[in-house]
Amino acid sequence: MALLKYESQVRPPIIEGNKTYHQVTEDIVRPVEARPSRLWWIGFLLAVILLCFGIFSVTREVIYGVGQWNLQKTVGWGWDITNFVWWIGIGHAGTLISAILLLFRQGWRTGVNRAAEAMTIFAVMCAGQFPIWHMGRVWMGFFCLPYPNTRGALWPNFNSPLLWDVFAVSTYFTVSVLFWYCGLLPDLAAIRDRAKLKWRKWFYGLSAFGWSGSTKHWQRHEALSLILAGLATPLVLSVHTIVSFDFATSVVPGWHTTIFPPYFVAGAVFSGFAMVQSLLIITRKVFNLEQYITLEHIDVMNKIIVLTGSIVGIAYLSELFVAWYSQNPYENWAFMQSRANIFSPYGWAYYIMMSCNVLSPQIFWSRKMRRNLTVTFFMSIIVNIGMWFERFVIIVTSVYRDYIPSSWATYYSPSIWEVGFYLGTFGLFFTCYFLFSKFFPVIALSEIKHILKKSGDGYKAKMTEAEKETPEAFAHEMAH
Amino acid sequence: MAIKKFVVGSFEEEEVLFQAVRKVRSAGYKLYDVYTPMAIHGLDKAMGLRDTSIPTAGFIYGITGTTTALVGISYTLVWDWPLNIGGKPHFALLAWVPILFELTVLFSAVGMVLTFCYLCQMAPFVRKHHFSLRATDDRFVMVIECTAKTNEEELKSFLSQTGAEEVHTQMAETGWWLGSYSRNRKTFENPNAILA
Repeated sequence: MALLKYESQVRPPIIEGNKTYHQVTEDIVRPVEARPSRLWWIGFLLAVILLCFGIFSVTREVIYGVGQWNLQKTVGWGWDITNFVWWIGIGHAGTLISAILLLFRQGWRTGVNRAAEAMTIFAVMCAGQFPIWHMGRVWMGFFCLPYPNTRGALWPNFNSPLLWDVFAVSTYFTVSVLFWYCGLLPDLAAIRDRAKLKWRKWFYGLSAFGWSGSTKHWQRHEALSLILAGLATPLVLSVHTIVSFDFATSVVPGWHTTIFPPYFVAGAVFSGFAMVQSLLIITRKVFNLEQYITLEHIDVMNKIIVLTGSIVGIAYLSELFVAWYSQNPYENWAFMQSRANIFSPYGWAYYIMMSCNVLSPQIFWSRKMRRNLTVTFFMSIIVNIGMWFERFVIIVTSVYRDYIPSSWATYYSPSIWEVGFYLGTFGLFFTCYFLFSKFFPVIALSEIKHILKKSGDGYKAKMTEAEKETPEAFAHEMAH
Repeated sequence: MAIKKFVVGSFEEEEVLFQAVRKVRSAGYKLYDVYTPMAIHGLDKAMGLRDTSIPTAGFIYGITGTTTALVGISYTLVWDWPLNIGGKPHFALLAWVPILFELTVLFSAVGMVLTFCYLCQMAPFVRKHHFSLRATDDRFVMVIECTAKTNEEELKSFLSQTGAEEVHTQMAETGWWLGSYSRNRKTFENPNAILA
């Protein structure tokens, strides 16, 4: 048999089980066609309960005002903005996998990209809640938009990082949804063409937009995916850069730092990959997709976690060094007293951050640990706790003691409704993820088929045979 | 919107398909389309399709976005209501870079996706004739249009020789129509039903 595609033997197979195209369809569409399991229902109901608690907490906040939260005179940003930055950071891994790895031609992304992109969209939805409800009078939210208004010629300030954020996050959400849905079209068509039930024919017929698989359409689809990836790559970097500008362009000690953009982006990818690991380790198990999301995938993602975790570690140390080197008493105070001093009120938070983000991921230098599912799952939770504390440390320790020592006595801790709001976004995230995993294929069907003949284990074995031929015969066969 | 006669051949392997596409084209048959479950790089070239203009469209939408942002911000902050902020220049181009960039990306992405849907004639409720349901699963379906000159039987045996596993003739509507997939309408038997 002639080989149409060839891949180096250095790369291990990333689709196991000697699959055919039809088996790939069967395996990936099965969870969509099967009735949801009891486990799915339990998870889904838990998520909905959390969501309801979140809605209740937010409703209280809307009725009684931001006073429902324990924000006070110097701590104007607390859990809400911490959660905003945390969620939006989580979203970044999805775009990194789907866009940046597409540009780098990384075949392994096909196993995880669809679920990771869905995670991005849901995480950005959760992130968006925080600045929106933080506004207090949320019905005035449209003031962010430039339109000829009746309040005199007042325009939003386009020089403000907070307005940049509005544009960045909404663009990011829109582009992520478009990218994700365009990739879904062929897979939805595959479900449509297999459907037996009436509602399924109707629903997938509607959502597949009449996709037929025509070669011309595929050609346009490939071009579209590539350009969207090219756009999404600088976009994802810009989003967390702009989020970091919210802090970096201010003159608050501890925030006023030029290192923030790369440091935030690395941290975002770090926490995002941890979330991808948490979700996919469960997803692959529940849906029996171990042959598509293999240990190889887990291993590669753990490598990215140890890389980005170390970048974040260098950023933490650079901050401390620059604070000392600047000889600026306020900078020095923010870093050496409010943060790195373990006996200061929030010193514990700083050391949780340091140990979760910098020390513990170093375990992944070991190949054995990278391929251990229990360790990976545990570490993915630890990393996300650490990254939450990173944002908390940056935000709260910089503002809880300002220039006036008379206002120092106040120690910020969240109210039950702040915590409820945060839990509610978990509810929103998991409600969406459970629905997604039930109604959409969690693995990109057509993309797996695209790499099957070069990365499937059965085909890899055939390539080994082909390599034994003489170079001339091999070259002749490759030029199909 | 026309109903035409097609000869449809399904292939199991891409390698065979590539050879068949070449043979069909050199034999002078009118290759209507090839439906595949995934993108096959090089098939568009083998079929003689021209390159897509989606990237060009994306570039044009992108610069439209940049221009919109630049004109919009200049109008509001420089011309309509210039605010003196510490004596800094009203035309603060560097501070606008983030929004110029975001709108460039936004316009380009939204425009390209809409263009893609328009070119491929895709939208919710749009329905097209599918020559084979397995074209989204595991078969590569080659469709050849029968013209007045085509000898149908000859074409069928030719297609079998190139490696097609299953060859048959279909009457099909070439355009799209609105409808739902839950009703399996045979539009080619009732042409009036097409104009929904």
